[in-house]
Amino acid sequence: MSAVTHEEHHHDEPPKGFKRWLYSTNHKDIGTMYLVFALVMLFLGGAMAMLIRAELYMPGLQILDPDLYNNLVTDHALIMVFGVVMPAAAGMANWMIPMMIGAPDMALPRMNNMSFWLLPAAAVLLVSSLLVQFIPGTGTPVNTGWTLYPPLSVQVGLGMDLLIFTVHLLGISSIMASINIVTTILNMRAPGMKMMDMPLFVWAWFFTGLLLVIIMPVLAGGVTMLLFDRHFGTSFFDAAGGGDPVLFQHLFWFFGHPEVYVLLLPSIGVLGLVIPTFSRKPLFGYKPLVYFMGVLFVLGLIVWAHHQYTIGMSLGATMYFMIGTIMISIPIGLMIFNFIFTMWRGSMTFETPMLFAIAIILMFSFAGVTGVMLAVVPADLQYHDTYFVVAHFHYALIPGAVFGLYAGVFYWLPKWTGHMYDEKLGKIFFWWTTLAFNMTFFPQHFSGLAGMPRRIVDYNIQFIEFNQISSIGAFAFGLSHLLFLYIIIKTVKGGEKAPAKPWDGAQIGTPGLEWTLPSPPPFHSFTTPPKLK
Amino acid sequence: MSTADQSYFIPEPSRWPAVAVLGLFFTVLGVSLWVNDISIGPYAVALGMLVTVYLFFGWFGDVIDESMSKKYNESVDRSFRQGMFWFITSEVFFFITFFACLFYFRNISLPWLGGEGQLGESNILWEGFKYSWPVVNLPDLTGGIKGEYTQLIEPMGAGGIPAYNTIILLSSGVTLTWAHWGLKKGNKSQLMLGMIATIALGLVFFALQAYEYYHAYAELGLTLNSGIYGSTFYMLTGFHGFHVTIGTIMLIVITVRCGKDHFTYENHFAFEGVAWYWHFVDVVWLGLYVFVYWL
Repeated sequence: MSAVTHEEHHHDEPPKGFKRWLYSTNHKDIGTMYLVFALVMLFLGGAMAMLIRAELYMPGLQILDPDLYNNLVTDHALIMVFGVVMPAAAGMANWMIPMMIGAPDMALPRMNNMSFWLLPAAAVLLVSSLLVQFIPGTGTPVNTGWTLYPPLSVQVGLGMDLLIFTVHLLGISSIMASINIVTTILNMRAPGMKMMDMPLFVWAWFFTGLLLVIIMPVLAGGVTMLLFDRHFGTSFFDAAGGGDPVLFQHLFWFFGHPEVYVLLLPSIGVLGLVIPTFSRKPLFGYKPLVYFMGVLFVLGLIVWAHHQYTIGMSLGATMYFMIGTIMISIPIGLMIFNFIFTMWRGSMTFETPMLFAIAIILMFSFAGVTGVMLAVVPADLQYHDTYFVVAHFHYALIPGAVFGLYAGVFYWLPKWTGHMYDEKLGKIFFWWTTLAFNMTFFPQHFSGLAGMPRRIVDYNIQFIEFNQISSIGAFAFGLSHLLFLYIIIKTVKGGEKAPAKPWDGAQIGTPGLEWTLPSPPPFHSFTTPPKLK
Repeated sequence: MSTADQSYFIPEPSRWPAVAVLGLFFTVLGVSLWVNDISIGPYAVALGMLVTVYLFFGWFGDVIDESMSKKYNESVDRSFRQGMFWFITSEVFFFITFFACLFYFRNISLPWLGGEGQLGESNILWEGFKYSWPVVNLPDLTGGIKGEYTQLIEPMGAGGIPAYNTIILLSSGVTLTWAHWGLKKGNKSQLMLGMIATIALGLVFFALQAYEYYHAYAELGLTLNSGIYGSTFYMLTGFHGFHVTIGTIMLIVITVRCGKDHFTYENHFAFEGVAWYWHFVDVVWLGLYVFVYWL
C-alpha cells in the first residue's frame, strides 16, 4: 500500500477563479461544493423548523397562516431530505470513494459536475415554489406535505408545478450521481482491490446508488402523472374518471420507503469506519455487514405500503406489508450487534466522531423500537398521522442519517482541510446537540400517543407542556448548529496540522487507501494506480 | 502522464455541465409557467431548448474529438458501458412505473369501484358502475370535478396500425444488428444500408403512430380527457413515442458518424450504446402491444 508515487505534477494546481468551481471535473472540488451546499440548506431547512416550532409554542394561531405553515412543513421535509442529507452524503462519497479505492477521480467527471449543479437550480425552483404564493393570482400554497398526495395536490396553485419540476431536477441529479458512483466502484478500483476489500462506506454507497437508480424514476413517473392530472385532463388520480388517488400513495412510497435507506446507508458506512478506528479493533463481521446491507436493499424495496395502512388495503396485502416490515428489524438489529461487538473489549477513546457513533447506536435503536410498534397494523391505526410518527422518523433520521454525517464530518475534516478540529468544541457541540435533540423529540412520543395530530397548525390546550418543552429544545438544537458552523470555519482557516493519518486506529481492518495520502490530499490523487500489497 | 493505455482519462474543466443545467432549468421553469398560462412560459422553454441543442453539439462534439484522438483507454470504455447500462436500468423502472399503474387500475382499483371483493362496497360512490376494460362508461357520468369528459366511442384495437408497428420495430432491431455485423466485419456498405433501413423504419413507425393519434382524437373519442383508458393509453404510448424520437435522432447522428468512418472494430461504444437503447425501446413496445393494445 506504500507505493503511491506521483510522477507528474504539472496538473496539480487547481484552476483559478469561478471556473475552478463552475467547470470543475475534480472529485474533491465537487465533493466540497456538495458539502457546502448541504450546509447552506441545513440552515434554510432549519430556519423553517424554527418557524414551525415557534408557531407550535402556543395553541392557536401565533405567527403563521395555516396554509403557509403547511407549506413550510412541506419544504422543511424536502429540503432536509433532498437538500441536506443526500447532498452531504454524496459530497462525502465524492471526496472519499475515489481516494479509498485508489481511483484517479470519479468514472465520469463531467457528469459528476452536472449532478451537483442541478441541485442549486432545483433549490431556486423550490424556493420560488414557496414564494409565488405572495404573488396574487397564483392559487393556494403547496399545503400538501412532502408526500404531495392528490387530490389536494391537484388543486393547489402554481407552486405545485414548480415543486414537481424541482423533484424532476433532483431526480435527474440523484440518478446521475448514483450511476457515477456505482460505475466508479465497479470499474475504478486500484488493481488488486477486491469488492470484499472495500471499506464499508464504499459498500454502503454501492447499495445506495443502486436503490436510487431504481426508485427515482418511479417518483418521476408519479409526479409526471400528477402534472398531467393537473393540466392535461387525465384521470390517473381521479376516481370519477376511473383512476385512484391511492395509486399516487403507492408510487410515492415505493420511492419514499427505500429513500429512508438511501438516507441511512451512507451513515451506516461511516459507522463502519469510525467505530473500528476508535475501538482499535477490526470491524466485527465485515462480510455479514455487507450481506445485511444487501438484505436491507431488497427488503427496503418491497415493504412500502406500511406507510398507508389506513387507506383500506385488502387483508392479504396488509399482512404481507406488516410481516415484511417487521422482518427489516432483523438485518438492522444484527448490524447494531456487529457494531457493539466491534467495541467489545476494544481499547476505546471517545473523540467527537466516536461520541456521535455511540449516540447513533443508542438513539437509532430507539427509533427501531418505535418502528416495530408502527409496523404492527392494529397499533398503527391508532398512531397513524400523530406526533408519535413525527417522533419516530426524527429519531430515525436525525441520529440515523444526520448524526452519521456529523460523525463523518469530524472524522474526515482533518483529511479534507489538513487541520485538526478543536476537540473540546467538538465535544461541546456533541453534548449540546444530542441533549437538545432529545428534548425536542422525546416529548412528541407522548403528545402523539395522547392523540395530537401532525401537520396541523393548532392543537388542543392539553398538549401545551409537551409542545413548549419541544419548542425550547428545538431552539437549543437550532442554536447548536451555529457552533457547528464555527468549528468548521475555524478548522478550514487553521489549526494544528493534521498528519496523513490523524487517527492512530484509522487503518485497522479497513484497507482503504485514503490515509496513504497527505492531509490535505493533492489536487489530483492516484494519477497512476497505486499498488496494493 | 504515462502511456495512454495506463492512465484513465480525466477531462479538463468543462463548461458543458453548467450549460446543461442552465438549459434544463429554463426548460422546466418555462413549462411550469406555460401550463399556468403565464405568457413568458413558451419563451423560456424556447430558450431552454436552444441552450440544450447548443449543449448537445458542444458536449458530444468534445467527446467525439477525445474519442477520435484516442484518449479513451479500455477502462474509460468500460465506464461508458456501465454508465449506459445503469441509465437504461433507470429507464426500465420509469416504464415499469406506468405498466404497474395500468395493472393496478385493471386488477385492483377498478374492480373495487365496480363493487367486487372485500373492499368493493365503495360501489356506493357511483352505484351501477360496472367495471370492464376498456372503461367506456366512466364511474361519474356527470363529469366529476373537472367538468365534462370526452366520451369514448370505440377503444383502440390490436389489429391494423399497432400490428404493423410491432413488425416494423422488430425488423428495425434486426436491421440494426445486421448493421452492427457490417461494422464488425468492416463492410461499410452493409453498415450504412443497415443504419439507413433502421432509421427509415423508425420514421415510418413515428408517422404511423402520429396518424393513429390523429385517428384516435378525431374519430374514436379517445383523448387524454376520456377517463382512465385514455390516460393510460396516451401516457404509455406517448412516453414510448418520445423515446423512439430520441432514439431515431441518436441513430441519425450515429449514421453520420459511420459515414465519416469514426468507428473501428475495437472502438465503437457510441454505436453500441445507441443500439442498446434502441433494443430497449423495442422491448418496451412489445410490452405495450401486449398489455395496452391486445389484452
